[in-house]
Amino acid sequence: MIHGNDKLVTLNNAGVFRADKWLVKGITMSVGAGEIITLIGPNGSGKSTTAMIALGLLNTDEGTAHRKQNLRVGYVPQKLSIDWTLPLTVSRFISLTQRIDKKEVEFALSLTDTSHLQKKELRTLSGGELQRVLVARAIAVSPELLVLDEPVQGVDYNGEAKLYGLIEETRTRLNCGILLISHDLHMVMSATDQVICLNGHICCSGTPEAVTSSSEFKNLFGNKIASTIAIYQHKHNHEHSFDGSIKTMSKIEEENKAKLILGKENSHA
Amino acid sequence: MLDDFFIRALIGGVGTAVVTGPLGCFIIWRRLAYFGDTLSHSALLGVALALLFETNITFAVFLTSLVVAFSLLFLQRGRNLPSDTLLGMLAHSAIALGLVVLAFMSWVRVDLLGFLFGDILSITKADISVIWIGGLVVLVMLAKIWKPLFAATVSPEIAKAEGLKPDYTNIIFMVMMALVIAISMKIVGVMLITALLIIPAAAARSFSRNPEQMAIIAVLFGIIAVCFGLFGSLELDTPAGPSIIVSTLLLFIISILPNLFSIQKKKNRV
Repeated sequence: MIHGNDKLVTLNNAGVFRADKWLVKGITMSVGAGEIITLIGPNGSGKSTTAMIALGLLNTDEGTAHRKQNLRVGYVPQKLSIDWTLPLTVSRFISLTQRIDKKEVEFALSLTDTSHLQKKELRTLSGGELQRVLVARAIAVSPELLVLDEPVQGVDYNGEAKLYGLIEETRTRLNCGILLISHDLHMVMSATDQVICLNGHICCSGTPEAVTSSSEFKNLFGNKIASTIAIYQHKHNHEHSFDGSIKTMSKIEEENKAKLILGKENSHA
Repeated sequence: MLDDFFIRALIGGVGTAVVTGPLGCFIIWRRLAYFGDTLSHSALLGVALALLFETNITFAVFLTSLVVAFSLLFLQRGRNLPSDTLLGMLAHSAIALGLVVLAFMSWVRVDLLGFLFGDILSITKADISVIWIGGLVVLVMLAKIWKPLFAATVSPEIAKAEGLKPDYTNIIFMVMMALVIAISMKIVGVMLITALLIIPAAAARSFSRNPEQMAIIAVLFGIIAVCFGLFGSLELDTPAGPSIIVSTLLLFIISILPNLFSIQKKKNRV
């Protein structure tokens, strides 16, 4: 059992007050090593704000936010705009906040299938490509805490599933804590340890199963979505890699088996 | 050698270009052109105050720019007025205040045009040492904070979240800006400092693959423009500051020519 003071980041009744209203209020949560915590909620419900409190980008007007000392953080912000004046290649961007050696840069890019973009300028990337590079950069700093604010926005459908898979793998490989903001309820639910459902305050929280069956969740998202999550299953007879090549079913099954085994090990640990 | 005013002007000008290059890159990356204008315009108030209190002009200009920079930071905290309103207010009130203060001192005869547009004749050996020592201080400071400053330029949120204290580097950046404005005032004059900061950097962009390269090319362009401008000024008897800025403009135009042509070619191909 992990104790409170071992947590990477702990918010205690945290609230932020801006322009005559509380953006969020009474947020109590924590992220420990190897945990995936997912924040869900409608637009303007304070998901990004909560992540920013956890990162220390916003100061609390009420309550406290405590981070482990010298915590190594990887952050994928919701938005990043690079204009023409800034000459910045993808590989240089990977070592933006700390020096990362060439092999590590290449490895990180290969994880998100963006190796071919290494020498390209950041501003020339498409939305989905930029998003993958952002995720690669955050993973490359080998973070203890990974904060991902809608990491798959603009990424194509197959890419989405892969990125979520990568996030899960990263948790296992680095044993880092992950704070994830996402709208793709059906995709993130399976890997998540705890779901926190926000709407200016914490509506409900708990295991994915508990949250999706709770009445607060159904009120917020509607019955229909709650039931689609429960029955969601994805079927394909083949899969495409990022470069467009086709992977046969047997290969996918192998990979899935490997994942399954990993998952079982996790649940035992 | 240093007895010749033209050599002194060249050495001073080159020293200025060496610092305005990299600083100018950050100004255009961070979209601070108007902010640079505000600081440099307020330099005139510094000149007036220096004459009033009979202190060193460069030092007074440095202090005034610093005060203006920090009042801006302070006013922005209030979040009541948008930044461009604040900048415009500060810039022009500082100029107006400077001119009013100068008018009061009927006993000093000031070459106002010299301060506004630079004056190569007035560069002394002392000025040269101020430019080079000040310039070296700026370059050393910049080298020390380059990584966090650049990260904060790309994304303040990522920089802060990943432990790089951008607030602290921003303050150092302000101090560097004030220093650069103080030392480049003699060369191009208060009205044109921003141009010397941003035009060589903008011209360097087309030839750069990474930020460090852009800073170095901006320095080279700055040096070329200073030399060219000073020679032109001597030959054609034009004011030094504007001549230098016209040279930077020419360099910028040359820098975008290859791009224009390649776009034309691509169009033709289609």
